[in-house]
Amino acid sequence: MESILQTIFYIFSFLAMYVQVFFFVTYLERKKDIVRRTDKIDLDEYKEVTIVVPCYNEEKTIAGTIDSLLDLDYPKDKLKIIIVDDGSRDRTWEVIQSFAEYSNIKVFKKENGGKHTALNFALERLETEFVGCLDADSFVDTYALSRIMTYFANDQHTMAVAPSIIVSNPKNILQKAQKAEYDMAIYNKKMLGFLGGIHVTPGPFSIFRKKVFDDLGPYRKAHNTEDQEIALRMQEYGYKIDHCPDAYVYTNSPNTIPKLYRQRIRWIYGFIRNAFDYRRILFRKKYGNVAIFTIPSGIISVSSVIFLFVFFVYNIVHVIQKLLIRFDAIGAPNIHIKNFTSTSFDFFFLSTKTAIFTSFVLYGMVILGLLLGRRMADGKGRISFDIVYFFVVYSVIAPFWLLKAIWNAVQSKESSWTLERAVSSKKG
Amino acid sequence: MNNSFNWKKYIFVFVITCGIFLLANSLSNMFTNKKVDQLKNIQSKIAIDILSSETQFSLLSELSCKDVNSGNLSQELTSLAKKIEYSQENFEGNDEILELKKYYTLLQIKDYLLMKKISERCGKKAVGILYFYTTAENCVECTKQGYVLTELRTKYPDLRVYSFDYNLDLSALKALVSINKVEDTKLPAIIINDKSYTGFQTIEQIEKLTPELKTLGGQVAEEKK
Repeated sequence: MESILQTIFYIFSFLAMYVQVFFFVTYLERKKDIVRRTDKIDLDEYKEVTIVVPCYNEEKTIAGTIDSLLDLDYPKDKLKIIIVDDGSRDRTWEVIQSFAEYSNIKVFKKENGGKHTALNFALERLETEFVGCLDADSFVDTYALSRIMTYFANDQHTMAVAPSIIVSNPKNILQKAQKAEYDMAIYNKKMLGFLGGIHVTPGPFSIFRKKVFDDLGPYRKAHNTEDQEIALRMQEYGYKIDHCPDAYVYTNSPNTIPKLYRQRIRWIYGFIRNAFDYRRILFRKKYGNVAIFTIPSGIISVSSVIFLFVFFVYNIVHVIQKLLIRFDAIGAPNIHIKNFTSTSFDFFFLSTKTAIFTSFVLYGMVILGLLLGRRMADGKGRISFDIVYFFVVYSVIAPFWLLKAIWNAVQSKESSWTLERAVSSKKG
Repeated sequence: MNNSFNWKKYIFVFVITCGIFLLANSLSNMFTNKKVDQLKNIQSKIAIDILSSETQFSLLSELSCKDVNSGNLSQELTSLAKKIEYSQENFEGNDEILELKKYYTLLQIKDYLLMKKISERCGKKAVGILYFYTTAENCVECTKQGYVLTELRTKYPDLRVYSFDYNLDLSALKALVSINKVEDTKLPAIIINDKSYTGFQTIEQIEKLTPELKTLGGQVAEEKK
């Protein structure tokens, strides 16, 4: 049993290392192409852009979100804002009413039907060449839109551009841990952008050409992660998605464990279900890096966290067993002060297994990625305590939301499977 | 279309990743070898000490017993035992460890014989326990017995515990096993004052079987004072 676990451990370590090396090699290849602009940008041509703000029960944050859009460094006559209240039960509708007086803002209220229905509601009324979405819990940086638009201006094939998402004003340990994670995501996303392998166009401020929806259809109901589904659909049809690291969007992160837990179950569940729905593209060369690298590496990271958890539990059980045997043999441990003072550190008992060195390199590469992502965001990339919080918090809690998400995914897979069967048997 | 990628990069990254693992593996081997060297050094030092004690004993036994010194060996053997046990668990597949274990077993037997001689001729009170365990199967009782003996050694620092892996392929050990009539079906087994006891023995049982322990002093005696 132990040797089997050891072998699986090495396989996962190898695959995780492969992913990190892949990112780092990409970074070395393309680091000259990473631009970080700090000043205002003047575009040759300002294309018309519509930003859709779908909201549901967001009376507290919606005003700040819209204010940040109004503050964008973009000509007002070129920027249209559509706010769709998806049947909120709180004061959201009252709050957004106060913005109706702006000539470039349109507000709508519809029956609750989920985020994708609110987005599609706005897409049906779209009059501009570009469209983006901004979740009502996020705020954009003044220059975010103009910086993103340079990517469309420079490459006619770019069909969507994702921004860098930064945790807004992290207060507690949980939010600081998420800040470190989001910084790392900036690095990962930029590298995936270089590889043409982005699999999520995040809800906060990803901008698309209207052509994407004209050609591929509107948003679909996709396991509460419509932003993953549309990205995968785009990848399936070879539509280029890029990432603009210096377009900053600040998002409110969950401040309690239950909130974070629920958010992550949704994300991971969505990833698993979407990956399953798009399994036809997996490992198919013609779909490029998203099919051969991105989705497999997501599957690897989900499975390796689960495995590490099992490995950890197995070791804990082993230690407890030993302690019980010891207790059975000699009773409660007899603590001798003499032993403490005479016990000196001996290098001999310091583990020097291969796994120690590979884990060391792996953690080093993850931290390096995090710092590079941070540098893309703030230009500095300093080590901070957030990184420790990130490793501690995520290694303790992540296995639980992963397990729950997998469980949920398996459950609904079974139900849809039976549904499919029922439908096909009727057809037959 | 955006979906371009090249296999060469995938292979290149694979080679680098293999390189990192190979490097990690050679680093690990390097440290393991250093540790094995350290074990060898300790063993040769102990071997010299035992040989020296034996020679000293042969030279001086008829004249005087008081100068014979082998007191510190027990502690050193214990420390070595811990390191060999750790090595066996952690450096799997390392043949040298098995050789070292055999050598260590020989040293234990020699030390045991020497201790017996010294106590017989000079009347020095030394207490030794021979302990046989098995690694061929998952012997929980052996693990328990190991904890008991370690605890006893902490309690009585002068107590000598010689532990032998029953399954070790070593002729001297086989002789010791047959002299003491130890059977592999009745492990763990301990020999105290040439008497064999099979099955798990508690601290209290061993203390009862070894009245000489009291004369060794140790922590219990010190605490009473």
